[in-house]
Amino acid sequence: MAEVTYKLTPKDFKSDQEIRWCPGCGDHAILNSIQKAMAELELPREKVAVISGIGCSSRFPYYMNTYGFHTIHGRGAAIASGVKVANPELSVWQITGDGDAMAIGGNHFIHTIRRNIDINLILFNNEIYGLTKGQYSPTSPFGSVTKTSPYGTIEPPFHPGELVIGAQGKFFARTIDINIKLSTDIYIEAAKHKGTSVVEVLQNCVIYNDGAHAALVDKEEKDERTIVLKHGEPMIFGKNRDKGIILDGLKLKVVNLNDGKYTVNDLLLHDACEMNPGIHSMLANMRYPEFPVALGVIRSVTAPTYDDNMTNQIKQVKQSAKIKNMTDLLNTGNTWEIK
Amino acid sequence: MSKKAVTLEKDEVVIRFSGDSGDGMQLTGTQFSNTSALFGNDVSTFPDYPAEIRAPQGTVGGVSGFQLHFGASEINTPGDYADVLVAMNPAALKANLDWVKKGGTIIINIDAFTEKNIARAGYDSNPIALYKRDYNFIEAPITELTKEALAEFQLDQKSIMRTKNMFALGIVYWLFDRPLSYTEKFFEEKFKKIPIVVEANKRVLRAGFNFAETIEALPRNYKVAPAKINPGTYRNISGNTATAWGLIAGAEKSNLNLFCGSYPITPATEILQELAARRDLGVKTFQAEDEIAGISTAIGAAFAGNLAVTTTSGPGLALKTEASGLAVMTELPLVIVNVQRGGPSTGLPTKTEQSDLLQALHGRSGEAPLVVLAASTPSNCFNYAFMACKIALEHMTPVILLTDGFLANGSEPWRLPKMEELPAINVPMAKPNDTNYLPYLRDKETLVRKWAIPGMAGLEHRIGGLEKMDLTGTVSYVPKNHEVMTELRDQKIKKIADFIPELEILGDKDADLLVIGWGGTFGHIYSAVKQIQKENKKIAFIHFHYLWPLPKNTGEVLSKFKKKIVCELNLGQLADHLKVNVDGFTCEKYNKMQGQPFTVVELKDTFTKLLEEL
Repeated sequence: MAEVTYKLTPKDFKSDQEIRWCPGCGDHAILNSIQKAMAELELPREKVAVISGIGCSSRFPYYMNTYGFHTIHGRGAAIASGVKVANPELSVWQITGDGDAMAIGGNHFIHTIRRNIDINLILFNNEIYGLTKGQYSPTSPFGSVTKTSPYGTIEPPFHPGELVIGAQGKFFARTIDINIKLSTDIYIEAAKHKGTSVVEVLQNCVIYNDGAHAALVDKEEKDERTIVLKHGEPMIFGKNRDKGIILDGLKLKVVNLNDGKYTVNDLLLHDACEMNPGIHSMLANMRYPEFPVALGVIRSVTAPTYDDNMTNQIKQVKQSAKIKNMTDLLNTGNTWEIK
Repeated sequence: MSKKAVTLEKDEVVIRFSGDSGDGMQLTGTQFSNTSALFGNDVSTFPDYPAEIRAPQGTVGGVSGFQLHFGASEINTPGDYADVLVAMNPAALKANLDWVKKGGTIIINIDAFTEKNIARAGYDSNPIALYKRDYNFIEAPITELTKEALAEFQLDQKSIMRTKNMFALGIVYWLFDRPLSYTEKFFEEKFKKIPIVVEANKRVLRAGFNFAETIEALPRNYKVAPAKINPGTYRNISGNTATAWGLIAGAEKSNLNLFCGSYPITPATEILQELAARRDLGVKTFQAEDEIAGISTAIGAAFAGNLAVTTTSGPGLALKTEASGLAVMTELPLVIVNVQRGGPSTGLPTKTEQSDLLQALHGRSGEAPLVVLAASTPSNCFNYAFMACKIALEHMTPVILLTDGFLANGSEPWRLPKMEELPAINVPMAKPNDTNYLPYLRDKETLVRKWAIPGMAGLEHRIGGLEKMDLTGTVSYVPKNHEVMTELRDQKIKKIADFIPELEILGDKDADLLVIGWGGTFGHIYSAVKQIQKENKKIAFIHFHYLWPLPKNTGEVLSKFKKKIVCELNLGQLADHLKVNVDGFTCEKYNKMQGQPFTVVELKDTFTKLLEEL
């Protein structure tokens, strides 16, 4: 049978379901970026499985014209792990939020990353519980006033990048929902990376936490407050490309390239492929206003994946195996005949 | 020739090996039972060990035991009371004396009966003097003679002491006139790379055998003839291994890959271990971070088209509750094995109980029916694990298979099935590019939906935990639709009754008394029933393997008998289940919650009394 090939477009990945997210929600832009990335990657639709847990973001699979599974709260990572290990040929995407992945699903999140299962884990971080209408999440900043913290939260938040690297993550990237170009590029990178690729999307909840990332999307100031990291390039940012990041002792430091003390040559070169996570961890942890917030692929190192290890182990064991089927197994060890 | 004083021909014998949990009693017991099975006896075994891996030495709490029952005729249980007890120290004697028949033989390691050990076991004075009249004690200086036997070996004290269980085994082998060859071969294979360990164990085993033969203190030995057993190839198998193998057989027969997502938990862990060893058959085991991830990875694998399994015990089943509801809602095939133990909570991890029946039947949010099966002997765990796979796949539903600690760790000889004799498994797989495919379009007869798996072109669809529209499977909050779907899910499971065997009445169909059991109590109940029949009294017995849906003739069978008694290791969960589902059902109950199986004696007494009251 001849294979029919045709160019995929983002539209091919849209399902017939009416999208139920609030108007103005950052999720719309994320959906568009991912559909764009999938079209550019030319992923056959039947080979794509989109798995989600519970939360606003987790409605995502219904809007994709691929295989999809809207599962239960926090368990998306475990279910996606099962899908990928059961059929390593699939392109598996997990859609999750800060509550789903960092709170109820925290255990599955870190262990999936530790195992390095080849899935693309897209973490929508709006620092709030939206579907339950406005309670603080594990990523809400200290002191956040929400429905369950009317006097402000009294617990420090998780920073997803730190957690990913702490769990031996091999791929961590950050983007902003409305930056479709950057997001699409990052999703493509994430999909190409073999292993668990975590993308933190700074996403705006227009109803319950509007403007959580306002400082970073402000048209005038965003270039001063964020830095887009590119592998092999110096860490330079600013509207006029006049600021950079250097290593000062064991810490990062923002420097001005206009005051004559530093040149581009003094700036750190971004090496996403460095195995040592030290600098990646510091980059992932840069926070406004002390630092620009790092966007782009912060860490991307190659390591064996769980699913490949599984496939290889089975292949290897089978090569020298004496037991080839159930009948062989039944007859192993001590058996005896009764006549 | 040996100087055997008196040889007693016995139809069946029960032996219990006991010692500190580090004394190797499980190994000793297994060796004896395998040797006897090879000799042609029917055998049933049951290990009884503490939850602590190494409880304080010499204390009653740290005693590990292994009981086996072998005979010249059909053996259904590991036996109630022991003819022979091996006690490696005073604590082992104290923990097990109640389980030895009056006049039985007790082999003790006299070297361990020091004042200190006697006190540690909680005895005020030397128990041998106390019980000498009631039992036949064989006082063997096992520690000393083991040391002597290995005097010329270059082994440290600890390694020498580890072989003393073989001395005890040697004595018992002589007592029952068993060959040493099986155990010798076992050591040759197990310690192939450490010849000195092989030689040491063989030397001590023989020393024990020779000791028994030489001393004149042994007043008797026993003869147990081989049993009349159906022809075929046999092996010994434990319930947990049989369960694992039944799952593998299900995968082979359905031509699917087997995926097991699990988390270690007593007494279910061996199933995961057994499956993990089967990479040669392509089995994928995923040791998950917790029980929830165990079932969740399995559900993911089911979505992706594998035969998916998760294994656990009571508290783990509780953790899997929410995800099992997702499997019900999405109508994916999934086998959940629950090896029951004493509960609630952590309960009695190493002891047996049947107290998860209602959890299995009802323990989910919402109306969430699924299939519940129960195995009844160590070896038929294979058949019911296989049936669980068959039903899950053919009816696109989660199935809970209940076994228990008694079945899981117990073992018996098993006639190997032929793969071609197992029933076919017809998986309702969708066909790629089927333009009529709808995720929730159902077969008219069975109400089963088709399984379309990622990778199949043209069938891309979304499923999830939200209520779905009939046929299309899209999210639906339509009130009437939810009612329709709730009823469809219920009916789909009830229809499975058309595909499972009917109840079989054992014993006398015209009896007035019907004994009712389920799961792992089969052997004990059946033995008691047979003993009563031998006394020319009429009694009938039914045993449930299918708990939901119930076999089609359940109501009809139950209505035939004047008096019914439901025997179970819980407060009466099957009795309650039958009362809810069978009109007018009333019964007596016999319940036990001691973490131990029934004894045949207690059941027989109970049934006899009921028969007298009739």
